[in-house]
Amino acid sequence: MSELVNNITLVEEPEETLSMNPRKFILWLFIVSIIMLFAAMTSAYLVRRAEGNWLEYVIPPIFNYSSVVLVMSSLTMHWAYLSAKKDNFGNLKIAITVTFVLGAVFLYMQFLGWVDLVNENVFFVGNPAGSFMYIFTGLHGFHLISGIIVLVFALVAAFRLRIHAKSLNQIEIAATYWHFLDILWLYLFFFLVYFH
Amino acid sequence: MATVAANSATVAHAAEHDHHEPQSFWRTYIFSEDHKTIAKQYLISGIIWSVIGISLSVMFRLQLGFPNMKLDFLRPILGNWINETGKLDPDFYLALVTMHGTIMVFFVLTAGLSGTFSNFLIPLQVGARDMASGFLNMLSYWFFFLASMIMLGSLFIETGPAAGGWVIYPPLSALPQAHKGSELGMTLWLISMALFIVSQLLGGINYITTVINLRTRGMSFSKLPLTIWAFFLTAVLGLISFPVLLSAALLLIFDRSFGTSFYLSEIYIKGEALPNVGGSPILFQHLFWFLGHPEVYIVLLPALGMTSEIIATNSRKPIFGYRAMIASMMGIAFLAFIVWAHHMFVTGMNPFLGSIFMFLTLIIAVPSAVKAFNYITTLWRGNIRFTPAMLFSIGLVSFFISGGLTGIILGNSALDIQLHDTYFVVAHFHLVMGAASAFGLLAGVYHWFPKMFGRMMNEKLGYVHFWLTFIGIYLVFFPMHYIGISGFPRRYYAFTSYDFTKNIFADMNSFISLAAIFTFTAQWIFVWNFVYSMFKGRKAPQNPWKSNTLEWTAPINPGHGNWPGEIPAVYRWAYDYSKPGAKDDFIPQNVPYSQTPESNLPHENELIGLEKEIEAQNLNDQFKQPH
Repeated sequence: MSELVNNITLVEEPEETLSMNPRKFILWLFIVSIIMLFAAMTSAYLVRRAEGNWLEYVIPPIFNYSSVVLVMSSLTMHWAYLSAKKDNFGNLKIAITVTFVLGAVFLYMQFLGWVDLVNENVFFVGNPAGSFMYIFTGLHGFHLISGIIVLVFALVAAFRLRIHAKSLNQIEIAATYWHFLDILWLYLFFFLVYFH
Repeated sequence: MATVAANSATVAHAAEHDHHEPQSFWRTYIFSEDHKTIAKQYLISGIIWSVIGISLSVMFRLQLGFPNMKLDFLRPILGNWINETGKLDPDFYLALVTMHGTIMVFFVLTAGLSGTFSNFLIPLQVGARDMASGFLNMLSYWFFFLASMIMLGSLFIETGPAAGGWVIYPPLSALPQAHKGSELGMTLWLISMALFIVSQLLGGINYITTVINLRTRGMSFSKLPLTIWAFFLTAVLGLISFPVLLSAALLLIFDRSFGTSFYLSEIYIKGEALPNVGGSPILFQHLFWFLGHPEVYIVLLPALGMTSEIIATNSRKPIFGYRAMIASMMGIAFLAFIVWAHHMFVTGMNPFLGSIFMFLTLIIAVPSAVKAFNYITTLWRGNIRFTPAMLFSIGLVSFFISGGLTGIILGNSALDIQLHDTYFVVAHFHLVMGAASAFGLLAGVYHWFPKMFGRMMNEKLGYVHFWLTFIGIYLVFFPMHYIGISGFPRRYYAFTSYDFTKNIFADMNSFISLAAIFTFTAQWIFVWNFVYSMFKGRKAPQNPWKSNTLEWTAPINPGHGNWPGEIPAVYRWAYDYSKPGAKDDFIPQNVPYSQTPESNLPHENELIGLEKEIEAQNLNDQFKQPH
């Protein structure tokens, strides 16, 4: 027995508990749940598509442009983060505002995309091929609105000088969420184009 | 110097916390952000829900056991659902079955079990002041409360609550004209469940963050009590599977209310074709069971985790195979996601696919058996103390084994085709998931009641409650297997119309119903004991069960922040019971090895050198951060 115990050289180094800010960690878990929501949707799309009786239609080109706008907003978001890091408050306010405007423009373009779909006779009610298009864009849009709300809070904080090089949590959370929403849209868009 | 300054700052801050202004009644008991209060809110809501949920089952058991009985005496409660001849309305029978399932699975065994004990035990056992976000935690309870109110309200509307079964398969659930319960009742069901999912996600995100980020000094993952491991894995399961149910429900809402055809295709009602084409009802089943199967483990894992803790404590022995327990829980959690289609063997799926899912399903027997054997080997030659909590834990192991055995039968696709949707399935999952988890919940209440309310529950009543419930549950569900094998389908209103069911087993159905009423009656002993002990119970000592985990180092009635002053550091695992050479038969986790030279093993002596390092660690104390 004692020989056995002597052979066990399992001496664990004491580990530090993760020192990530709990709020940031909560955000990441929230992102996981959003990923699962859309993973379920896209796999439902694939399962349904494999069954045939699938409406073919042209994806309105405006979605290409809206994707570019959203990518640009991600760049300005990063600019905001870098400005905050350098305590450049003027640029910070401009960058967040520009991101906000680009986000709003994106949402408007998505709406125009819906109008184009309707003009193409692709309706929400009808073949699931079309319904899924509306669901994907709509659900993403809904999440983007939540992203814009986070952004507004960051903007208010920026104007009250509560975001600076030593207090980056809020802008980091806003930026992470915004970039995620950007990547999420690109995934959905390429998914829709590829599995059309 | 800096450390000293920081420490004194913490103490000052902690002291400041001790002298917080007493908060108003509303902030203390209703809109509280304190994890202990939220846990109690979940527990009391869960108990109320379980009384409602079990009453519903007693009502439909009366119909099944005594089909000719006059049920007029239920009219004061059920009103016109009892018709002029004194019979239960068949539509309402279906609603009763549906609501019993929904309430017991989601509102009692998910929210009532995981909500109560994850909230209560995670911060206390990992050594945290509170959950990572008290606000989100409060929000989680109030979303649950709102969901509860809507679900409860749906019981009282004119067309009755949802009646398509707790699995709400379309097209029955998608077409309001399909059934009375598919009208407003189904809409309310979906709204309530959407809110419920939000509540579970908010709760789960908090549990995971707290376990990962807010463990005290020295509390590595390999020193976590198995309860925390179980709650953690449960929360991960919920985080991954509940959004999928939300997706499924969302598409169903669009089908119901906006006329899309995700799940509907080529349906004729009264000779008229519906406009919906191109949908697939099987799609819903895939999405539903992708949640539905992990849900079984969301319900069961916390109960298993608490059982590990209670059995080790009351056997006065280290848990057998601590790492094997973790590995098997991880195995179960992983397998939970790749077996969902075993609920769908009879949907016309490709038999080859069926055999893959069968194979994966049967693998679950391996980690489950590891757990069962570990419980038994922990009990083996233990110095067992039969507290009520211990009895309920042993009862859980019994149900887990006897219900698990029938799982091996049902997991075979060839056998499942015969047994699908019969009472055999009902018996199986009530034992392995329903009764086992309910016993976990009861064991947890008996065990942690002193920590929750600072008083002990009455042991004698606990014993009576245990034996009546344990015997009662076997009396209900054991005969049910025979009824299932002989071909009785579940969810049928009466078995009086068919020759093969008319005369056989009628007496057994009556017997089951009597046993169900008996078991339900026995639960009032628990309710009385719970309420009475909360106010008049014997005052609890600080560590009534001589247990090792951190919650027993906190004051008898822990205040805001759980520990006055510093949070204890952790030096050892939670299972140092009856260690050879030790003074007592237990050594709490916060006792350093340097204080127990008489019982240290050689490699533990080496750990003494690391104690300074543990103490110097960065403590994720929420009180140290400005808030």
